[in-house]
Amino acid sequence: MTSADISAVLPEILLSAYAMAALLFGVYTTKDKAAPMLVWVTSGAFVLVGLMVGFAGGGTDVAFGGMFIDDAFSRFSKVMILFSAAAVLLMSEGYMARRGILRFEYPVLVTLSVVGMMVMVSAGDLIALYMGLELQSLALYVIASIRRDSARSTEAGLKYFILGALSSGMLLYGASLTYGFAGTTTFAGILGVSTAGEIPLGLLFGLVFLITGLAFKVSAVPFHMWTPDVYEGAPTPVTAFLATAPKVAAMALFARVVFDAFGGVVNDWQQIVAVLSVLSMFLGGVAAIGQTNIKRLMAYSSIAHMGYALMGLAAGTAFGVQAMLIYMAIYVTMSVGTFAFILSMEKDGQPVTDIASLNMYSKKNPTQAMAMLVLLFSLAGVPPFLGFFAKYYVILAAVQADLVWLAVLAVIASVIGAFYYLRIVFFMYFGEEREGLDGGGSPILWGMLVVSAAIMVVGIVNLFGIEGSAAAAAATLVD
Amino acid sequence: MDNLLSIITFLPLVAALILAFFLRGDDAAAQRNAKWLALIATSATFLVSLFLLVDFDPANPGFQFVEEREWILGLTYKLGVDGISILFVLLTTFLMPLVIASAWEVTHRVKEYMIAFLVLESLMIGVFVALDLVLFYLFFEAGLIPMFLIIGIWGGKERIYASFKFFLYTFLGSVLMLVAMIAMFVDAGTTDIPTLLNHQFGSETFSVLGIQIVGGLQTLLWLAFFASFAVKMPMWPVHTWLPDAHVQAPTAGSVVLAAILLKMGGYGFLRFSLPMFPVASDLLAPLVLWLSAIAIVYASLVALAQSDMKKLIAYSSVAHMGFVTAGIFTVNQQGLDGAIFQMISHGFISGALFLCVGVIYDRMHTREIDAYGGLVNRMPAYALVFMLFTMANVGLPGTSGFVGEFLTLMGMFQANTWVAAVAATGVILSAAYALWLYRRVVFGDLIKESLRSITDMSLRERAIFAPLVVMTILLGVYPSLVTDIIGPSVEALIQTYDTALLEADASRFAANGE
Repeated sequence: MTSADISAVLPEILLSAYAMAALLFGVYTTKDKAAPMLVWVTSGAFVLVGLMVGFAGGGTDVAFGGMFIDDAFSRFSKVMILFSAAAVLLMSEGYMARRGILRFEYPVLVTLSVVGMMVMVSAGDLIALYMGLELQSLALYVIASIRRDSARSTEAGLKYFILGALSSGMLLYGASLTYGFAGTTTFAGILGVSTAGEIPLGLLFGLVFLITGLAFKVSAVPFHMWTPDVYEGAPTPVTAFLATAPKVAAMALFARVVFDAFGGVVNDWQQIVAVLSVLSMFLGGVAAIGQTNIKRLMAYSSIAHMGYALMGLAAGTAFGVQAMLIYMAIYVTMSVGTFAFILSMEKDGQPVTDIASLNMYSKKNPTQAMAMLVLLFSLAGVPPFLGFFAKYYVILAAVQADLVWLAVLAVIASVIGAFYYLRIVFFMYFGEEREGLDGGGSPILWGMLVVSAAIMVVGIVNLFGIEGSAAAAAATLVD
Repeated sequence: MDNLLSIITFLPLVAALILAFFLRGDDAAAQRNAKWLALIATSATFLVSLFLLVDFDPANPGFQFVEEREWILGLTYKLGVDGISILFVLLTTFLMPLVIASAWEVTHRVKEYMIAFLVLESLMIGVFVALDLVLFYLFFEAGLIPMFLIIGIWGGKERIYASFKFFLYTFLGSVLMLVAMIAMFVDAGTTDIPTLLNHQFGSETFSVLGIQIVGGLQTLLWLAFFASFAVKMPMWPVHTWLPDAHVQAPTAGSVVLAAILLKMGGYGFLRFSLPMFPVASDLLAPLVLWLSAIAIVYASLVALAQSDMKKLIAYSSVAHMGFVTAGIFTVNQQGLDGAIFQMISHGFISGALFLCVGVIYDRMHTREIDAYGGLVNRMPAYALVFMLFTMANVGLPGTSGFVGEFLTLMGMFQANTWVAAVAATGVILSAAYALWLYRRVVFGDLIKESLRSITDMSLRERAIFAPLVVMTILLGVYPSLVTDIIGPSVEALIQTYDTALLEADASRFAANGE
């Protein structure tokens, strides 16, 4: 273990040390009274580490004998994870404090799960992959059921835990098969086994099980069943967190496994990913139509969005990975804004999730309604908003890779998806005037909502320059 | 001024932003300010757009006033107009102040209403000036959002159904075009429209899933574009969203829909389908011609049976758009000139007809034809204006409607005599439904109690109709105003189309000869 190894993993070490310190601080001082302050400090720490990672400069560092890779791809994903986690933490503070569930463990657990995610996207080895994945998952199981006295929240946590454990099991089974047939756990070693686009059958089985486990984590159909229930049952700030950072981490890990370890046999996994993608887009679109609970609706919406992101991956090219990264960045921004809006939906101090309660919302809060309108059309992928460019990139990647059928199905699914986003617009703008929501919402929530909507509009000028760094990130993954 | 087109395109948008951010409150004063600002902004846009006409060189068939900037992913922000698009830009800027003025009596959420129309204007102009595929798509699709809101918020009783149908129908139509555009980008390596106009897309027959596709890539791309433009146009049998949208939209929304939004389909055929996929166009032209002929006769017959004035005019729009599509796919000078002329003239006439319905709807709050009768007794000025536009709709010589129909019929006659014969019966039918409508609404005795106190047009309403009357008659007696501008561009279009066909034939011969 050299100092070079340590410096590659420094951000993770810093955050872990911070998590320990915060835990000690919480336990030995004021317990839950310190929680609001801890939330702010944790957010600050995320932003600082995010900046540190973002400005760390170029180059690829392989540490701990190939276990841990610090390259442009992992840095791009880490910045997304850290910034979105910081934003979601800030949004949750007011909501959780008012409902008495703002415990000091919450920011600590979020920090630990973020560390797990950072290890995931940097994993260069099946062991590191599993460690990162479990660290983030275990922390997430706990915060999903952080509302201890609510049956729904604990149910959500339990469901998440059982299905998550099942998926971990599959992943481990795949990992052991892979190890058995490749004789190594490092991605580079597994990549070396494939010759001329062929791998042993056993390794192929390993690949399929690994993809199954990862598909659970990104909630791609048909491994999506836990998503709507967990999204609905978990407290809304936790749902917001589940919909953003872990999705980025899982998707990035997905990309890393299929390219770093199985980049030699693109044809073997391309068809699996393409099928996952199509199923997710269609099921996400169709199943969301009947939903009346906005959290469930967002669950299906996120399933559909994962389908589009997987489409970029299915292309199997560097441009496809770039498209996927851009898609995730835009998706996360939209989700943060949308959940800021959902967090502010309340009536008589109680959270409301029924979309019918948005009746004529635009009359009372025209600015917020307008921002939400922009986000919804952006989620639907209607130009000129940024969500359209996200879809444009992944479709372009698919067409370039001769997957025209996938592109055609994707755009048809996007029309189906447009319907349920329009339904929310319909409630906000066209409904009859009835008793609606309270004014609710704090300046932080409104700020997040308006800023993310503004990004959807202004971003079309040059995507804030992320195109170049996404291209650089993709280039490190796919040669 | 080398960014004249950007100014014209984004001036209304800037006004919309000013309204959105700086106008507070919803009292009478705020409403008045919103309306005046919108009127001034649209009028200013029209005046600025006149500079285009002044500096435009009709002899040059290429693109003029070109602006180009780098954008993301190798896309460019590129604007420009040629003889075909400049008139659509002017049509838009000319009509928008009238549209705003027609919405003067609206009291429900006036500020948002004005913002929606201003944003819509920017997007519509953008469609006609964009010279980059994706930029075009951006404007083309984004226009759905304000129109969706206009129908949904300010529409009639069935507005929800109509707005969803409008949005999803047209969205489904256009997404396939997006895939086609991306395929074109992958094939040609650029999204620059002027470059693509000279790019030969493959036309070798290949088979997909065992189905032989004659015309190859071109046919597939053509069909994807056709799906979008045919819905937008709208052509039979994908026209069903139009009557619903028209009937439920507020008057100003109907005017914009009929006068400008429908023209995007025709413009798309002229800009993309014909010049970029000549082989496929040649192959599928008979299909379009017959669909158009069916549209003309079918929509006219359906119009005869309507009891709702707006629905009747909506079906008459479908019929008139049939002339446009038929004219375009004859691909000869008369047909194309006629199609463009018909689109411009239909912009004035159908806009005016919807405004005519709006005038009496504002007074009686019904569009049922049976609720009216004998209006000439109380509203002589209205009767006169309505008659003029009815006659123009029928295609009476001396009005602009005649020129468009005559030229397209002449083009059709050269391309396919039978289609021309069928389409010509549509002219008779259009006279039938239009005159019958006019008789039932305006003539006869004023026996309905509710109509006894109806008042004639106000000064504002007369002022709105005056420019439309002038344009309809001016273009009717002096059509060269339009044909002089579009002539060279249309000629160039036909020339490249014919050369491309010959080249494709030659290469096919060469391939067979080997």
